[in-house]
Amino acid sequence: MSDGVDLGRRRFLGAATGVTSAVGVAFVAVPFLASWKPSARAQALGAPVEVDIGKLEDGAMLRVEWRGKPVWVLKRTPEMIERLAAADEMVRDPNSVEPQQPGYAANQHRSIRPEVLVVIGSCTHLGCSPMARFEPGTPDLGADWPGGFFCACHGSKFDLAGRVWRGVPAPLNLVVPPHQYINESTILVGVDTEAA
Amino acid sequence: MGASADKNATGVGRGEGGLSGWFRKRFPWDQLMEDHVTGYYAPKNFNWFYVFGSLALLALVIQIVTGIFLTMSYKPSAAEAFNSVEYIMRDVEWGWLIRYMHSTGASLFFAVVYIHMFRALLYGSYQKPRELIWIFGMLIYLCMSAEAFFGYLLPWGQMSYWGAQVIVSLFGALPVIGEPLVEWIRGDYFISDVTLNRFFALHVIALPLVLVGLVVAHILALHEVGSNNPDGVEIKKHKGPDGRPLDGIPFHPYHTAKDVPAWVIFAMVFALIVFFAPEMGGFFLEYANFEPANPLKTPDHIAPVWYFTPFYAILRAVPDKLGGVLAMGAAMFALFLLPWLDRSPVRSIRYKGPLFKIALTVFVVSFVMLGWLGLQPATTTYTILARVFSVLYFAFFLLMPIYSKLDKTKTPPDRITYHG
Repeated sequence: MSDGVDLGRRRFLGAATGVTSAVGVAFVAVPFLASWKPSARAQALGAPVEVDIGKLEDGAMLRVEWRGKPVWVLKRTPEMIERLAAADEMVRDPNSVEPQQPGYAANQHRSIRPEVLVVIGSCTHLGCSPMARFEPGTPDLGADWPGGFFCACHGSKFDLAGRVWRGVPAPLNLVVPPHQYINESTILVGVDTEAA
Repeated sequence: MGASADKNATGVGRGEGGLSGWFRKRFPWDQLMEDHVTGYYAPKNFNWFYVFGSLALLALVIQIVTGIFLTMSYKPSAAEAFNSVEYIMRDVEWGWLIRYMHSTGASLFFAVVYIHMFRALLYGSYQKPRELIWIFGMLIYLCMSAEAFFGYLLPWGQMSYWGAQVIVSLFGALPVIGEPLVEWIRGDYFISDVTLNRFFALHVIALPLVLVGLVVAHILALHEVGSNNPDGVEIKKHKGPDGRPLDGIPFHPYHTAKDVPAWVIFAMVFALIVFFAPEMGGFFLEYANFEPANPLKTPDHIAPVWYFTPFYAILRAVPDKLGGVLAMGAAMFALFLLPWLDRSPVRSIRYKGPLFKIALTVFVVSFVMLGWLGLQPATTTYTILARVFSVLYFAFFLLMPIYSKLDKTKTPPDRITYHG
């Protein structure tokens, strides 16, 4: 027996000090962890960009930067749009059920105007930017390749509407960013008129 | 007797007076040397595999010293990083040498550590009572991998950028928290100046501190239980009247004298690479990284540096995002469990049976093949091959409790032997 030492009281005080310190540490950790979130400046820099499609030819694609990511604007030819139907069989989410696009692009061609596709050119697997491989039936991608996008990083494939193939590492269709037409030949990428 | 007798023993011939006496009374220098250098008894029968621990320490020192000097000329900002590396290469006196030493050092550090780990597999150095040495070692390996990954973004070339993009996106595969977590790591909506700046901080201060702490823990744990050896027998079982193991010799001067030639050979290999093949045909410094980072265009073929390719091949082999990430994580985590998966009654491969020898061979072949496949483009044939070798890689661990128990082992000798 220790001379008059109340061990129960000592244990309680020790535990209480420990718990209080742990709570303190947790509170102090918050500012440090939160400092890693996108700063006010980074948030402000995510401004929308205008894209002039007036000179975009049939079958050609524009690449613009929005929030540091490549945004593709592809003007599909009528023949390319026809080929979308052929790809229905081979894609994971043919009807755009997954929320990878705003409501106005949740259709078969995944766009506002059937011929103009606007997608973020960032693979939904690990974020590489896929290559444009529009020519159908190339030897390396197979005879049934209807044209689309191929990610060389990990072999994911997407059709001409950015719909992801079955059996590839990417799980989801390419993201259609919020966008709207401000006139006949100008698209504003980053904002839309649809209520959030 | 005991500790005080030991202290006296080391103090023999040294006076208590003078500057060194004054110092020794205030700092336990003699005791530290006695415990960890001159009085640390290591087995007599170490072979050349046993030089890689001290080589790893040398590699770490090279990285720290060259790294400190690189930070003096490098600028961690997206606008300036690429050019500041070119500035180091062209304008800073001897800058090219310091940078090539750092980049070559990184690859050789991994090479040395991989051999060091293979040595542990050969001689069962992870088995009881050395589980913690192995765990600390694995943590060092993880820490090194993170260090290498953060460092690779700093030159801000195409491969830096897209490598970081891919690896950071791995966390996005986690359900629910994935996307916010990725944004939190990047500190932006894409890999940007913000990301570069924080990776720099992690690379030059946070992780090196952790790494050095882990190395100290690894060595303290080793010196607590004593080194294993190629026979896998415990030298502490047979001690002389002085309490020293009969089959042990002091680490210094005997093992240090063996380590020094190894350091010289390492320095020669190091110099040959630094001076004649610093890029090592794209293995140590990838060609795509000589182009500044371009967030809009992924290089046609991206692959990590060679020391990560086995895990990268496993990631690609799984046709599912979350599944691939989990498989890659499991491939690394499985190594941590080794001390508890191995049920063999003997440590060293010398006394293990054919089952373990086959399993280890299959494992090494799979690891090397996965490493090669991770460098290749993801074609159909290669993907199938990567799947086969991934299965074999995991089979080594998953089946280990079975084959290590069934195996026909030989009885190890009571004391160490010499096989040359």
